[in-house]
Amino acid sequence: MELFQYPYMQRALIAALVIGLAAPALGIYLVQRRLTLIGDGIGHVALTGVGAGLLLNRSPVLVAVIVATAGAIAIELVRARGRTSGDLALALLFYGGIAGGVLLVGLSDATSANLNAYLFGSLTTISSADLTTIAVLGAAILVTMIALRPALFAVSHDEEYARVSGLPVRTLNLLIAVTTAITVTIAMRAVGVLLISALMVVPVATAQQVTRGFRSTMTAAMALGLFAAGSGVWVAATADTAPGASVVLVAIASFLVVAVAGGVWRALRRRSAPAAAPAPEPHEVVLG
Amino acid sequence: MSTPVITVEHGAVGYDGRPVLRDVSLTVATGEVVAVLGANGSGKSTLIRAVLGLVPLSGGSITLFDRPLRRFRQWQRIGYVPQRLGAGGGVPATVREVVASGRLARRGLLRPPGTADRAAVDAALRAVDLADRATDPVSTLSGGQQQRTLIARALAGQPELLILDEPTAGVDAGSQEAFADALRDFVAGGGTVLLVAHELGPLRPVISRAVVVHEGGICHDGSVPDPAGHHAEPDHDHVHPHGPDEPAGLWSN
Repeated sequence: MELFQYPYMQRALIAALVIGLAAPALGIYLVQRRLTLIGDGIGHVALTGVGAGLLLNRSPVLVAVIVATAGAIAIELVRARGRTSGDLALALLFYGGIAGGVLLVGLSDATSANLNAYLFGSLTTISSADLTTIAVLGAAILVTMIALRPALFAVSHDEEYARVSGLPVRTLNLLIAVTTAITVTIAMRAVGVLLISALMVVPVATAQQVTRGFRSTMTAAMALGLFAAGSGVWVAATADTAPGASVVLVAIASFLVVAVAGGVWRALRRRSAPAAAPAPEPHEVVLG
Repeated sequence: MSTPVITVEHGAVGYDGRPVLRDVSLTVATGEVVAVLGANGSGKSTLIRAVLGLVPLSGGSITLFDRPLRRFRQWQRIGYVPQRLGAGGGVPATVREVVASGRLARRGLLRPPGTADRAAVDAALRAVDLADRATDPVSTLSGGQQQRTLIARALAGQPELLILDEPTAGVDAGSQEAFADALRDFVAGGGTVLLVAHELGPLRPVISRAVVVHEGGICHDGSVPDPAGHHAEPDHDHVHPHGPDEPAGLWSN
């Protein structure tokens, strides 16, 4: 535990906790829209921003925020206009993003260690300035996702109904796209672009196995994200493992535990109280 | 004749250049219950989707509550009931949460729900006889109960006009009766209804006028016609696929 006396470990822990709380709060809307892999795609695009930042000697995180936001808006516009070509356009954007990132990093003076820090995260090298950025943006994401929950729930649940309710559907969609880009870029330092989706999606997947409503799922997913981030960093510090990977593996382990426990519980309950056969639906017409 | 709620004048709609509706004119006045009937692919669902602004007109005009559709903003006056509940990505939602989203048109984006909102949601749940299922996940409900959830969502906004897309398709008789009762109460309270249906069943006595859409045009506007052919047989069971939906997009369900 004495490792946490060091400021760099304290910063790592705080950054991981902020991201662990914010990522599932956004991720639940992505899961609801069946967009669980979008974070991964935007992560690829963000990598080009990292490359550009390293090449131009600007803050890679800041340039990545700008590039990823532009990418997310492009994806949303493709989707909104969307017909069949959308899928292909997305593939082009994603692979173009990662190839551009690798190319630009190669052109700069950065080493492959620099690239790895963004691909798989580098929690322990977070500076105080980085931490401030992560904390401010993380808080902004949390507040937005919680304050707009009824509207974002409606748009994610039934987009046409939301439009007929007079909600600004296009603005809300863009808001989710931009928030995804920001979450990806701040989480990039913690778990890396290749593992970001896990923190947005896995806690939600774990929570929804035992919850009954949207609000309870969101609360439980945020608690699980916080738990995975905290214990992942602790595991990394004690066992000297990669922090990002440890956080994600703790999240996935929680998913497996809840899935198995839920299955066993349901099986036991079924055995103790056999459910009555569902009553057949009555005939659709009056007979005789 | 009271004031028109919906006016469609020479409305035309096409998908990818293929005409689906051509030169359709329709007026629905306050207090009317109008059923749009027609075969699959006749364009009846497209007609109400055009009225709601969900599909663009390629010709003609639509007026809602004396306002051109393009400039219409009073969406809280309209309650829309889609054909079915989207499956979503598997994130659970309770019946109450779904019904509560019907208040958004009145509440706006940022105002938290107040006493009036909660009371309206309770009343809507009672109107469709689902108050005892309020905290259950909608995915555990039968098809008919899910449909009633969608009707409650529309009623929760206390609209003046209800627009329903095949509200009774694939719905058990108990739910159809509950739905007919809810509709009767709504009309008794001064509401106007436009609904698309395949067959009317228990709704028939509630309907004041029927419009039959055939090959993109209106071929009948008046009293409710009797079912014809095998549709008239008492055990005729309506199980057929519905028309193609909008293409599923990346950010949509």
